[in-house]
Amino acid sequence: MSNGFQIVVCGSLVPDPLQTLEPVTTPQGPGLKNETMLPSVLDPWSAHALFEAANLAKQVAGSKVWLVSLGPKAKLQQLMMTVAQKVPFELIAIDGNASGFTDAQQVATALADAILAIPGLDKSKLLVFGGCASASRDASVTMQSVCERLGISEFFAGVDEIKASADGSFRVLERIEGGQYLDSTCAGAPAVLAWATGNLPEPPNNPQVGMMNMRGVMPALQKAKPAAVGVGGIAYEKVEIPAQKRATRVVKDVTADDIAKEIIEWLKA
Amino acid sequence: MKVLALLHTENNMLPRAALETISVARSLGGELTVAIFGGSAATAANKLAGCGAAKFLVVEGEAFLQPRYSTDTAAATALIKAANPELILAPNTSRFARALPGVAQRVGAQVDTHIVGITAEGNSVKVQRWFYRQRILTTFARVARPWLLLVDGGIQAPYEGAAGTVAAEAVAVTQVDSRTTVNGVQAPAADAQTIRPDAQLLFVAGAGWTKKQKDGQYHIGEASTLIQGFLQKAKASLGSSKSLVDLKSEGQETLSFMSHMNQIGQTGSTPRHQKGLSTCCHGEEPHAVGWRFISERRAINIDANCGWAQGKADVVYIGDAFEIVSKINVLLG
Repeated sequence: MSNGFQIVVCGSLVPDPLQTLEPVTTPQGPGLKNETMLPSVLDPWSAHALFEAANLAKQVAGSKVWLVSLGPKAKLQQLMMTVAQKVPFELIAIDGNASGFTDAQQVATALADAILAIPGLDKSKLLVFGGCASASRDASVTMQSVCERLGISEFFAGVDEIKASADGSFRVLERIEGGQYLDSTCAGAPAVLAWATGNLPEPPNNPQVGMMNMRGVMPALQKAKPAAVGVGGIAYEKVEIPAQKRATRVVKDVTADDIAKEIIEWLKA
Repeated sequence: MKVLALLHTENNMLPRAALETISVARSLGGELTVAIFGGSAATAANKLAGCGAAKFLVVEGEAFLQPRYSTDTAAATALIKAANPELILAPNTSRFARALPGVAQRVGAQVDTHIVGITAEGNSVKVQRWFYRQRILTTFARVARPWLLLVDGGIQAPYEGAAGTVAAEAVAVTQVDSRTTVNGVQAPAADAQTIRPDAQLLFVAGAGWTKKQKDGQYHIGEASTLIQGFLQKAKASLGSSKSLVDLKSEGQETLSFMSHMNQIGQTGSTPRHQKGLSTCCHGEEPHAVGWRFISERRAINIDANCGWAQGKADVVYIGDAFEIVSKINVLLG
């Protein structure tokens, strides 16, 4: 297609999955203990969306990638030290609460407003990418709300593959039940795609890409507009980590034959 | 309280998740309306004749046979506006998970998904859902109405009432100019299908299957044969740890039938099965996040001190998974 796509990826930060999470009550609603200190990563599904966006931009000449990220400015800056090394993008930072307990529709409003404010945005070339869910709220609501706020009629969820054609149309594979894919063709941009894992590995760190991205990252962080994102109309009554510790029986010094027999009995029970 | 059970058909029938949603709606009391769209929606409504609904609404037509955001949102929006409910319950199928959050925006509704518990006292409704990938469980309410809830599978038994004939009211939908054409569904060949949502057992394969074994050699071919043999004989569904599917995307030799679709845990699924058997897994994802909805859990592990299996599994067998699964396959015949 001529002049390429304008690909805007929505992706925020979440606590590193290896961290222990403990809920606490704050004046703003539920939160995580030591939330500001917890190491963060780019939301895993959004990260896949970003890598797929960069890959698509490489294939379709004239395309450009933006990353719209909502989070506390200081944490976004830390996050960008690693993310910026991966693929080329221009950051649009929004300074706000990245907690999973915030209301998805408020987050969607902040993201959609930031996308609409991109200078030179051409909706006829616009593809909005994001994760199919966040690893924090895990609601699968935000991207559809962004889609509606942008007035886009084509939306795809759980995307694992996009193949663009020369005429601007593209074919999409979406995950559905039972390990199957829904295979669709969209006539062209604008569209919103909420990605699952895609098929690409995480790109290796590239210091040249990092240097190039970081030139835009610091000014973007300085320009970050605050967004009033909170729990909205949700009245949380209980936020807890249910005790799920099981009394594990360890079976050792037993022959493979005996273990196999015990497992068979269990399977047939 | 006016409750709407919003459903869709699948292959001209109501899927199990739709029948479970009817059970949830009935448990809340209130004035129930059932709305269905998709192929043979009116016929499907007849199956729910005894559910106690005061009204049945349907949208039928060629445009609504296939799952597609633009047409599904149009149909669901029309049905909700026709029913004017306070509470909307819908199954969390891939079709509704795609479309209904957008519909909520159109009808000015609040929306919450992955609901695993719901109670009502009069007009006051409280729901439960997990945050942070099934680590933190919350109970909350909203005052604003309408409130759209996408209900996860397995929280109620499917509705099994008597069928009959209902006078379903057809709701008109404004014509939608969709730019998306559905080409069809890509399903793995029957003998290659490893994801079976209805299976009793989830078999989780970890990266250990692709590591050097006791003889210092890789045995990936043997691992493939053993795992596929087990899946076939036990009619189990296959799950995988993230590290194992990542090996494939990084170009390393691994199990050819394994894909990201099999992945459970942080960036994978959290399937619901009665039993789970994890093999060669050493990490949190298969044992904690991916197993959240597995009732009976066992693991085969070479490390008796594996901290991730301790407290997460009911039984941990310390042994060589190659040897044990081989014996199991023989015993399964």
